[in-house]
Amino acid sequence: MKQNLCLSGIYRKVLWAMALMLTWQLALASGDEAHGSGTGEEKEFNAGEMIIDHIVDAHEWHIASMGKTHISVPLPVILFDEGRIVAFMSSKFHHGHEPYKGYRLMTEGEYKGKIVKVKTDGVTVDEEAGLPLDFSITKNVVSIFICVILLCVVFITIARRYRKNPGAPKGLQSWLEPLILFVRDDIAKPAIGEKKYEKYMVFLLTVFFFIFFSNLMGLIPFMPGGANVTGNIAVTLVLALFTFVITTFSGNMNYWKHIVNAPGVPWWLKIPLPLMPVVELIGVITKPFVLMVRLFANIMAGHIVALGFISLIFIFSAMSPWGASVSIVSIIFYVFMGLLELLVAFIQAYVFTLLSALYFGMATEEHHDHTHETEHAH
Amino acid sequence: MELVTPSLGLIFWMTIAFFFLLLVLGKYAWKPVMKSLKEREHRIADALNEAEKAREEMKELKFSNEELLKQAKEERDDILREARKVREAIIEEAREKANAEADRIIENARQSIHYEKMAAITELKNQIAVLSIEIAEKVLSQELSKDDKQKQLIDKMLGEVNFN
Repeated sequence: MKQNLCLSGIYRKVLWAMALMLTWQLALASGDEAHGSGTGEEKEFNAGEMIIDHIVDAHEWHIASMGKTHISVPLPVILFDEGRIVAFMSSKFHHGHEPYKGYRLMTEGEYKGKIVKVKTDGVTVDEEAGLPLDFSITKNVVSIFICVILLCVVFITIARRYRKNPGAPKGLQSWLEPLILFVRDDIAKPAIGEKKYEKYMVFLLTVFFFIFFSNLMGLIPFMPGGANVTGNIAVTLVLALFTFVITTFSGNMNYWKHIVNAPGVPWWLKIPLPLMPVVELIGVITKPFVLMVRLFANIMAGHIVALGFISLIFIFSAMSPWGASVSIVSIIFYVFMGLLELLVAFIQAYVFTLLSALYFGMATEEHHDHTHETEHAH
Repeated sequence: MELVTPSLGLIFWMTIAFFFLLLVLGKYAWKPVMKSLKEREHRIADALNEAEKAREEMKELKFSNEELLKQAKEERDDILREARKVREAIIEEAREKANAEADRIIENARQSIHYEKMAAITELKNQIAVLSIEIAEKVLSQELSKDDKQKQLIDKMLGEVNFN
């Protein structure tokens, strides 16, 4: 009975959070609209542009816009240009309206969202100079840092709890313990094997909780959440690279033998044309590539769809005065999407961790029955 | 296009941040957590094993208790039986002794009665003899004052005496 009450309490909280998220999204979108109309000529609400603006990285953390005033948190810009480091706050760009120290944040055109070098007039792009290397602490970087700090605080806290109280888990610990056990017992142990799983636990747990927490933070539409971290290909690229590097370095003789000289394959597939080795090598590269794309595409798509439903409100409102009534449907769909994204947040973290574990398992698999192994190789 | 082009800066910071996260969580979070989870599992398994063992022991203990009780009862019964036997034997012996004693006393009494009786008879006889002699004396002195009478008596006496 108590559990039921507790659960319904959680549902209520989730719904409240959703409602809050929704109002914020509305505020954000309307702010964008105002932003669009505020830049001079009457600009129509462009859903595609608004959505892309929300899911790509940015040099400032936009919170809201009211009329012409934009409320945003400026973030440090760090440029590596011609052997020297240039650092300043992004507020110096005035949302891309003004150049600073010969650099300009582009808001339109080919270099949209990028920092370019401009000629002395401060407007035309200096095509010959090339782009400065941009190591800025962008919105996504800040979001990653927040996530890292959150993870450290949460897990070091519960680790202390574990050390002090070896008995039954309590509080936060009892919420996270099933997830830790899930990663250990349902991902690592079956995929890697009872004997070798332990040394991969650090990576698997870290990657699982990093993706899970980032995904959840991405669902919160306002600061410190709302950044599209796991829906950014650079982030998933790094995560997949970690998996790739660990897989490659833990590969045993059996694993490499499979790639160079796959057993159970006719010889003419290997000599004189090394067809199978090439295929196997492509497979090795494909695995992390797929990891990268899957996570990126899933999370980005979730953000796009959610923003799409919000955009519908503005599109229909612009079409007719009665168009705003479509917001009821939009909101219902948005809430539905939000709940779905909660599920996706977990599933994608699970899938990434599971596949990483499977690759580690393959790399450390001991030599046994051939027929079974050839199945695995694909 | 920007969506699928990873930016260098983000890759750089993400690599650093994630590497840092791996190091910190690996050392300060996962290690103690995994260790204590394992320890807890061991402890629970041990506790279950021990409980099973204790139950087994309890069962055995109960069994041996019952056995002991049974034995004790048997022993008690044996002792009681023995005691009863001893008691009966003692009583029997005592009775026999008493009987023997009584017999002996009665025999003694009978003997002494016999002796006394004999003594009494002897005395009586003696007295009777004395008395008889005295009577005889008196009678004789009276009777035999006359000769015929004496003669008469002697005859009579002689007649009475049986010679054989």
